[in-house]
Amino acid sequence: MTMPYYVAPEQVMKDRADYARKGIARGRAMVAVHYSDGVALVAENPSNTLRKISEIYDRIAFAGVGKYNEFDQLRVAGVRAADLKGYQYSRDDVDARGLANQYAQILGQVFTHEMKPMEVEILVAEVGYGADDYQLFHILYDGTVMDERRFSVLGGDAEAIAGRLNESYTEELTLAAAVTAGTAALGTADRSLAADDLEVAILSRSNGRRCFKRLTDTDVARILAG
Amino acid sequence: MAMPFFTPGDDPGSNFPELLRRTGLTSDVVNVGDLLVPHATTCVAMRYIDGVVMAGDRRATSGNLISHRGMEKVVQADHFSGVAIAGAAGPAMEMIKLFQLQLEHYEKVEGSFLSLEGKANQLSMMVRGNLPAAMQGMVVVPIFAGFDLRRRTGRLFTYDVTGGRYEEQDYVATGSGSLHAGTVIKIGYRESMSNDEAVALACKGLWEAADADSATGGPDALRGIYPIVATITAEGWQRISDEHLATVFEEIATEVRAR
Repeated sequence: MTMPYYVAPEQVMKDRADYARKGIARGRAMVAVHYSDGVALVAENPSNTLRKISEIYDRIAFAGVGKYNEFDQLRVAGVRAADLKGYQYSRDDVDARGLANQYAQILGQVFTHEMKPMEVEILVAEVGYGADDYQLFHILYDGTVMDERRFSVLGGDAEAIAGRLNESYTEELTLAAAVTAGTAALGTADRSLAADDLEVAILSRSNGRRCFKRLTDTDVARILAG
Repeated sequence: MAMPFFTPGDDPGSNFPELLRRTGLTSDVVNVGDLLVPHATTCVAMRYIDGVVMAGDRRATSGNLISHRGMEKVVQADHFSGVAIAGAAGPAMEMIKLFQLQLEHYEKVEGSFLSLEGKANQLSMMVRGNLPAAMQGMVVVPIFAGFDLRRRTGRLFTYDVTGGRYEEQDYVATGSGSLHAGTVIKIGYRESMSNDEAVALACKGLWEAADADSATGGPDALRGIYPIVATITAEGWQRISDEHLATVFEEIATEVRAR
């Protein structure tokens, strides 16, 4: 009879975290940048149909990196939670903080109790009504929630990207400047990204009730051309 | 409330009413007996060269009393469609709310729009779902109109209480004043009408309905309440401003004075 090995809980958690981090690092990164009229979300994504960035509610967007099927499942759960809450109470009662907490619960639960952690990092972005009124909730594979300001970087190589973005970021960026800065930060000196490598969407305060809008490749190409 | 999470085999997909059932948020129909509830009245819709125009008066009545002067019975369903509702106002408004939400929910979950026919069928199922309430007197009969992006044309659908869905070619009218409004539009209708002509004809239909049917409200210049008129074209839903409607109704009034 074989005896089960004793594995220290620290080791279990570390192995799981390494596993999740490796999975996330394999995928392409994305950034969210606050600009004068809202939040611009820029992801490196060669696919035109499999989305990393999407709309959750009137003023809330979702972005995920890592394993597509896993963050897509989280995205749909978020749309459902938001639509149900808005139906049951009012559209004004749906907020990013509530959603971020629910996501954190799910990710934390899966990380400690399931066979394998989710190999995802997600972002819940919200724009309010005032110029400096926005939220960027960055949620990790183990349920850690970070409330970030100015910009958010998700995915592999996040530190280097954040470093580049930190240099180019200023307050009150225009949309074009925010998209250009995000694109430049995602690329490197010897690898610059073009419009068809990117998926870009915005949460804009001046977009009416539904603030979310995707930018087409043509729009992005025009912005990047200056 | 916990975030709704389903296993792949058990997933309700992009169907919002089904999601409501799963989460236990639907309510049962109760027998309201002879209670007087507000009723919404006349709505019309017609096709014209650029798409469709929809119009509805603003009055809701309970028996012989006016219960609302500013009700909005013609509402935008999504970017390229609208619904107009006649019948019991409570269930009608609830149906519109759920319908708008369903279209948006589908769009967000699936990442693409429902086709216009898909939207029309979805509404048909909702009207059928209201049948038990309709048997208690809470009848809701909508008109659905929109611009079909695949066929590049405006389309109209009308419904009966059982959820029966009928596509109309030229125009449709519903509610207590529908006979008068429908007749006016039938006589004045030409498929090649321009935007302004179509809006004027819809207004004229409502004017005559208000003139002959006590449950239909006319333009209320005193309070500044005008019918809701909107066009849906390739550019999407466009509500006609009250200022424009004021001039249209002024022209109709001038014409009536000269009779």
